[in-house]
Amino acid sequence: MHGRWGGIALLFIGLTLLAGCSKKVRVFNDDDGFPDNLSAWGLFVGKAADLKPNEGVVPYDLNTPLFSDYATKRRFIWMPPGTAAAYRPDDVFDFPVGSILSKSFSYPGKGLIETRLLVRTKNGWFGLPYVWNASQTDATLQMAADPVRVNYNNVEFDYTIPNANQCKGCHEKAKTMVPLGPKARNLNRDLAYADGRANELAHWTQIGYLKGAPAIAQVPRAAVWNDASQSLDARAMAYLDVNCAHCHNPQGPANTSGLYLTYGQADPLRLGFSKVPVSAGKASGDLFYDVVAGHPEQSILVHRMESTEPKILMPELGRSLVHKEGVALIREWIRSKGRS
Amino acid sequence: MPRSTLLLILPLLTLAACARKPGQVVSGPEFQKSFQEALIEAKPGAVIELPEGKQDVTGTFSLTVDNVTIRGKGMDRTVLSFKNQKTGSAGLLVTSNQFTIEDVGFEDTKGDGIKINGATGVTIRRVRTEWTGGPNEKNGSYGLYPVQCKDVLIEDSVVRGAADAGFYVGQSKNIIVRRNRAEGNVAGIEIENSEYADVYQNTATQNTGGILVFNLPDLPVKGGQFTRVFDNQVVNNNQDNFAPKGNMVATVPAGTGVIVMSTNHIEVFKNTIKNNQTTNVSILSYLTTGKPLNDKGYDPFTEAIYVHDNTIAGGGDAPVGQLATALVPAFGKPLPAILYDGVVDPSKLTKGHLPDDARICVQRNGDAAFANYDAAGGAKHMDRTMAHYDCALPALTAVTIPAGGPGSAGGQ
Repeated sequence: MHGRWGGIALLFIGLTLLAGCSKKVRVFNDDDGFPDNLSAWGLFVGKAADLKPNEGVVPYDLNTPLFSDYATKRRFIWMPPGTAAAYRPDDVFDFPVGSILSKSFSYPGKGLIETRLLVRTKNGWFGLPYVWNASQTDATLQMAADPVRVNYNNVEFDYTIPNANQCKGCHEKAKTMVPLGPKARNLNRDLAYADGRANELAHWTQIGYLKGAPAIAQVPRAAVWNDASQSLDARAMAYLDVNCAHCHNPQGPANTSGLYLTYGQADPLRLGFSKVPVSAGKASGDLFYDVVAGHPEQSILVHRMESTEPKILMPELGRSLVHKEGVALIREWIRSKGRS
Repeated sequence: MPRSTLLLILPLLTLAACARKPGQVVSGPEFQKSFQEALIEAKPGAVIELPEGKQDVTGTFSLTVDNVTIRGKGMDRTVLSFKNQKTGSAGLLVTSNQFTIEDVGFEDTKGDGIKINGATGVTIRRVRTEWTGGPNEKNGSYGLYPVQCKDVLIEDSVVRGAADAGFYVGQSKNIIVRRNRAEGNVAGIEIENSEYADVYQNTATQNTGGILVFNLPDLPVKGGQFTRVFDNQVVNNNQDNFAPKGNMVATVPAGTGVIVMSTNHIEVFKNTIKNNQTTNVSILSYLTTGKPLNDKGYDPFTEAIYVHDNTIAGGGDAPVGQLATALVPAFGKPLPAILYDGVVDPSKLTKGHLPDDARICVQRNGDAAFANYDAAGGAKHMDRTMAHYDCALPALTAVTIPAGGPGSAGGQ
């Protein structure tokens, strides 16, 4: 009896030491189970809350990001040594088994709230919500976490941490979990790396994380939604693509609506112009069309972006506040359609 | 580490793990978390048992695992109250196949009650979804809402207060809706853009419209057809329309029994359709609604409709809505119990008539009066001679749902 406990204790201590000494990123999979602590993945080194990337963990950013209640988001990617993502011009890249995408959400004064990992195993992609502890030393995996009270710019609200199923609510395409952000058009931008500024796709190619990318001039580029020097159309389309089209596409969870807001969508009806709502219910706000050219105030699309009421608000998940600047952009875009 | 510390820790860990067994849903403050965790961690074949009692929940639930059964202790004994819902829209969102839910009540969801999207094999049995404050435009849209599903069985369930449709099956195929009660909704039961549906032995009462079989434009799945509506009680559907204005069902006048719109191969028979104050049965085209039509792939014409052997009585005595009231000078009150707008596809006419297999046939409905009010021709050729429509169409085949896993419905 005593011998057995002693053995377990020794094993336990041994494992702890091993983990402590390990400097490499570790890969886990769904067959063996995912670890309870974010630190077990070894994505970051040094003080946990600094999110200082480990070797091979590369920061990335997007031209136009999803609005997430004004949270600051830091994104990183890691791939197993010797593997690379395959370039695709229009869709998210084909990432190798073992890839880890990491997105951390924080607010000034509050610190880190959650880190979401998207992990590719041989069985597909898995979304793992890790919730940071109050002392900011580590985050734990919580499949159905409670909301967190946040004060942003003197507005108190409940920040919702999506549960593991809600990850799929946005990340499913044709019922298969997929990443959303890392598409060519969204990564086609410069980023300040430790060794200087570079185009993200060029950098990924250079470090061996991307194969098959054409010359940067041939890569599509989504507009930066809040860069007024870029065209209004392009900015609005980039914004709708990132904030809506993960569901509103022919293979997405909102395909039943017939409203498709994917980048490059050219059919005005599919974009909602003079399209009658089908199952919007009270979310229509007594308005008659998804979009009325020239009239944002008559457009259900704007009404739902401006709401914070469950059932009415869009996107359905991951938003408690109104994105005022985003609404202003879409209003201006709809107004401009009345002039053409 | 001292040995004694370890010995202390181990029992504590065991204790913590025992507080709630994995997959066990507990009553009270932990209900929401334990139910959602059970839904996430369920393995195919799992049965998630919900405890008795009224559970106060603040968020939406979702299921993505195939072949899962959710089972309560009864639609009035296991009740999820969403009165204080803060996040999400539907009460429960399901996107997995072979799903069964039974013996549970959902109250006051902000959005739809239970939405099932893109599943094969859906069984809903003895489930209640209700907005407890009665009809209100702020209520959720749909009570029980399978969309883009295949092999759907909804039976012995109750929906009250939906601001769109109580029972709504959309863009789906192979459907049985039977022995349910739809009460106080805008539309009681709606089969929309779906094919092969059997709707029978239901009671639709105190809705704005009782049973609707619609085919609408602008949706990815169109071409609704082959639906049988029979042995239902469709009575006293005189609720003022409380749908938000932009909604399709906001055009349904209060006091409508059965509406068939822009769909083909529909058989309405052996129903009791009574005391619906505008009209008991309407056969319409989407074109008559006056809504714009931009969808080139959509067929707005209503063909091969067979209305027979129904018991129709009362109603038509207090018509509501622009269209119905416009007909009063011509027909007086009560309005004819069976109203047809007479809109036909001109390209299909031979010598002014539809081919035999696309006709509108109305026969053996007792004393029920009939009128074709010629909406397309500006009411110039109204026709109240039922003999012109006294014809039969081949009976439609019964829907069968293949037996599959434990979640499968097992046919009629």
